[in-house]
Amino acid sequence: MSLWKKHEVFEKNSFVLLVGILVVVAIGGLVEIAPLFYLKSTIEKTEGMRPYTPLELTGRDIYVREGCYLCHSQMIRPMRDELARYGNYSLAAESMYDHPFQWGSKRTGPDLARVGGKYSDAWHVEHLVDPRSLVPASIMPGYPFLAENRLNTRDIQSALTVNTIVGVPYTDEQVENARTDLLGQAMPDSDAAYAFEERWPSATVRDFDGNPKEVTEMDALVAYLQVLGTMVDFSIYDDKANSR
Amino acid sequence: MAHKKTGLVSLEEGGFAIFLVLLAFVCIIVAGKTFDQVMAFHAGIGALFAAVSVFLIFKNFFDDGGEPFPAEIDGKPNYNMGPVKFGAVAAMFWGLAGFTVGLIIALQLAWPALNFDLPWTNFGRLRPLHTSAVIFAFGGNVLLATSMYVVQRTCRVRMPGKILPWFVILGYNVFIVLAGTGYLLGVTQSKEYAEPEWYADLWLTIVWVFYLLLFLGTLWKRKEPHIYVANWFYLAFIVTIAMLHIINNLTVPVSIYSTKSYIVWAGVQDAMVQWWYGHNAVGFFLTAGFLAIMYYFIPKRADRPVYSYRLSIIHFWALIFLYIWAGPHHLHYTALPQWASTLGATFSIILWMPSWGGMINGLMTLSGAWDKLRTDPVLRMMVVSVAFYGMSTFEGPLMSLRSVNSLSHYTDWTIGHVHSGALGWVGYISFGALYCLIPWLWNKKQLYSLKLVDWHFWLSTIGIVLYITAMWVSGIMQGLMWRAYDSLGFLEYSFVETVEAMHPFYIIRALGGALFVLGAVIMAYNLWMTVRHGEAEEAEATPVGSLAPAE
Repeated sequence: MSLWKKHEVFEKNSFVLLVGILVVVAIGGLVEIAPLFYLKSTIEKTEGMRPYTPLELTGRDIYVREGCYLCHSQMIRPMRDELARYGNYSLAAESMYDHPFQWGSKRTGPDLARVGGKYSDAWHVEHLVDPRSLVPASIMPGYPFLAENRLNTRDIQSALTVNTIVGVPYTDEQVENARTDLLGQAMPDSDAAYAFEERWPSATVRDFDGNPKEVTEMDALVAYLQVLGTMVDFSIYDDKANSR
Repeated sequence: MAHKKTGLVSLEEGGFAIFLVLLAFVCIIVAGKTFDQVMAFHAGIGALFAAVSVFLIFKNFFDDGGEPFPAEIDGKPNYNMGPVKFGAVAAMFWGLAGFTVGLIIALQLAWPALNFDLPWTNFGRLRPLHTSAVIFAFGGNVLLATSMYVVQRTCRVRMPGKILPWFVILGYNVFIVLAGTGYLLGVTQSKEYAEPEWYADLWLTIVWVFYLLLFLGTLWKRKEPHIYVANWFYLAFIVTIAMLHIINNLTVPVSIYSTKSYIVWAGVQDAMVQWWYGHNAVGFFLTAGFLAIMYYFIPKRADRPVYSYRLSIIHFWALIFLYIWAGPHHLHYTALPQWASTLGATFSIILWMPSWGGMINGLMTLSGAWDKLRTDPVLRMMVVSVAFYGMSTFEGPLMSLRSVNSLSHYTDWTIGHVHSGALGWVGYISFGALYCLIPWLWNKKQLYSLKLVDWHFWLSTIGIVLYITAMWVSGIMQGLMWRAYDSLGFLEYSFVETVEAMHPFYIIRALGGALFVLGAVIMAYNLWMTVRHGEAEEAEATPVGSLAPAE
C-alpha cells in the first residue's frame, strides 16, 4: 500500500518521471556497450588487416548505397555447415575498419564475408549485370548501371580524411594521394598504378570490370568484393590465444 | 481587437520565423554550392519548407492580429486538434504507400524481373523505403497524432504554442520525405532502421526536441493532478527514442555539401550500438508508444477502466528497464563477445513477463464488455492486436535463445516474426485508434460503415495468417536445408537450391500482403466517407462516439 502511494511522486511530477525514465533506460546500454571499448579481448589480434584502398572503400560505399546488406550477411557463424559453406568464422578484427559494419541480419542470398577470391572478376561483372545468366534460379536484382557509371572521384580525399577522424589508420600519404590511387588501382601498367603499389603493397591492381576505357562503379564494387575476407592470414592466426 | 499583443509577433512566432529564415538561407547556400544532386534536391526541399512556413507564420499573424487562441471556450478546454487531424491523414496516406511498397518488394522476391534492373527500383533501395514508410511514416504519424490527442484530453488542457505543434507534425513529415526520396536516390547509411543520412538525422533531432518540449509543456499545464498512464508510455517513447537516435547516428559527414557520412562506430562496436538501437526501435517506438495507444483507446472504446492500475505501474517500469538490454540477441554466434549476446538473451526471456503483463492488462480491460467484440469490429481489431502482441512477445524470447536462434537467424522466420508484430500488433492497434479518432476529430456520430471495418478486419487477418505461416515454413525449411548433410558428409544443398525452395512461399506471402493492402484501401475509403458524408455529432462530442450502450 505505502509503496503504491510512493509511486505517486512519478505520477504527479513530470520532471521526476522524465528523470526516472532516463535513468532506467540508460543502464542496459551502458553495461552492454561501454565494455566493448575497453576490454582488449573484444577485437582479436591478427596479422594482415589493413584499411580499404580508395577503390575498395568506394566500392564499399556503393555496396552501402545499394543496400546489399539487406540480403547478404558478412558474418560467418562458428557452425559446422557455415564453415563448410563459407570458410573460417568471421572475426571482430575483420570488420574493425568498417564504418558502418555490414554484418547484416538476413541471408536472402549467401554470406559474402569471404567471397573475395572465390570467383573471377569476370564472373562478378557478369553476375552483377545479369545474375540469372550465371545462376538461373537467382532472385537477385541486376545492376547493369554499375558498369556504365563512371566512378566519382571528387570526394575521395575527404572520405579518407573523415575515415581517419573516425579511427581508420590511413597514412597522410595515402590520404593525399587518394584520388590518383582510386584510379590507379583499376588501371594496370599506368604510372598511377605503380605509385599505388608502392603505397599499398598488399593490395592488387587489376582492371576489375574488364573495361580498360574507363574506371567505373563496377571496378570499385568488384575490387571491394574481391578483398572481402582475404586480409587476415589464418595460417598464423592463433585461435586459442584469442578465445574469449 | 484591443489586445496589447496586437501588432507585435509573439516570442514563439518570432523565434520560429528567425530560425526558419536562417534555415532557408543555409539550405539555399548548400543547394547552390553542392555538386551532389541529391543534396541540392534535399536542400531545396528544406528551403521551400522553411520559406513557406515563414510565409504562413506571418500570414496567420496578420489574419488573426496575433491574438493567442483561448485556452478554454465555455469552460471547456479548447483543444488544438488541427495538427492531430493532419497526423491522422498523413498516417493513412503513408500507411497505404508503405504497405504497397511492401507488396512490391514481396513480389520482387517471387519474380526478380520486377526489379527492372534500375537503380531506383531495385530491392535494396525499396526495402528501406518500405520499412521506414511503415515504421516511421505510418507508425510515427499515428504516434504523433494520438499522443497529441491523448495528452491534451487526459491533461484536460490545450497544447502549448501556436506554431510549435504544427512545426512538430510538419517537420516530422519533411523528415519522412527527405528519408524516403533519399533511399530511392541511393542516400542511405545502411544501418537497419536507421538508414537516413546525417542531415536528415540532424533535422529529426531538432524536430524531436521540440516534440519533447510540446509534450512536456502540455503535462506542465495539466488540470489533472495525476499524469495518466498512457502519457508515461508516450514520454518513455519520446525520451528513449531521442537517446537511441542520437547515439546510433553519431556520424561525420564527408562535407556539409555531401550526403555521405561515415559513422563514428566501427565493426563490432557499431554492431552492438546498432542493435541496441534497432531492438529498442521495436521496444520504444513500436511497443511503448503503441502501448500508450492501448492504454487510452481500448478503455475508451470499451467504456471500461484499465483492468489494474498497479499492474500498469509494474508493466511500465519493468518493460522500459528490461527492453533496453535485449538488443544483442540479434548478434548470437557473431563476432560480438558471447557475454554480451548472452546478457541480451537473458533479458529477452525476462522481458516475456512484463510483455504479457501488459497484454493481460489490455485484454482484461474488456472484463464485463466482452460482448462488444461481437458488435464492434473496431474494438475487435484492437483486442486482436493485443493478442498478436502477446503472440509475438512470446515468439521473440523464444527466438532469442541461442539454440533456436542458430536456426532462425538469417532466415525468413525473423521476417515472419517481425510482421506478426508489425501487421498484427502495431497495424491493428493503429487501425483501431484511427477508426476511433477520425469520427471524434471531425465530430461525426460514427464511422461511415462498420460493415466495411468488418471486411477490413477479416481480409487483413487472413492476409496476416498467410504471411506469417508462409514465413514460418520457408524460414525453418531454409534453416534446416542450410545445415543438411548427405550420407557422405557433404552439404546436401547448394545455396541457390534453398532459394528455389522458397519460391512458393514467397508467392503465398505476397498474396497475404495483397490482402492486407486491400484491407487498408477499404479503410481509407471508409475514413474518407466518414469525414465527407458522416452524420454530424450534435454539440459536444462524447468521446465514446458510435457505440451502442453496453447492456
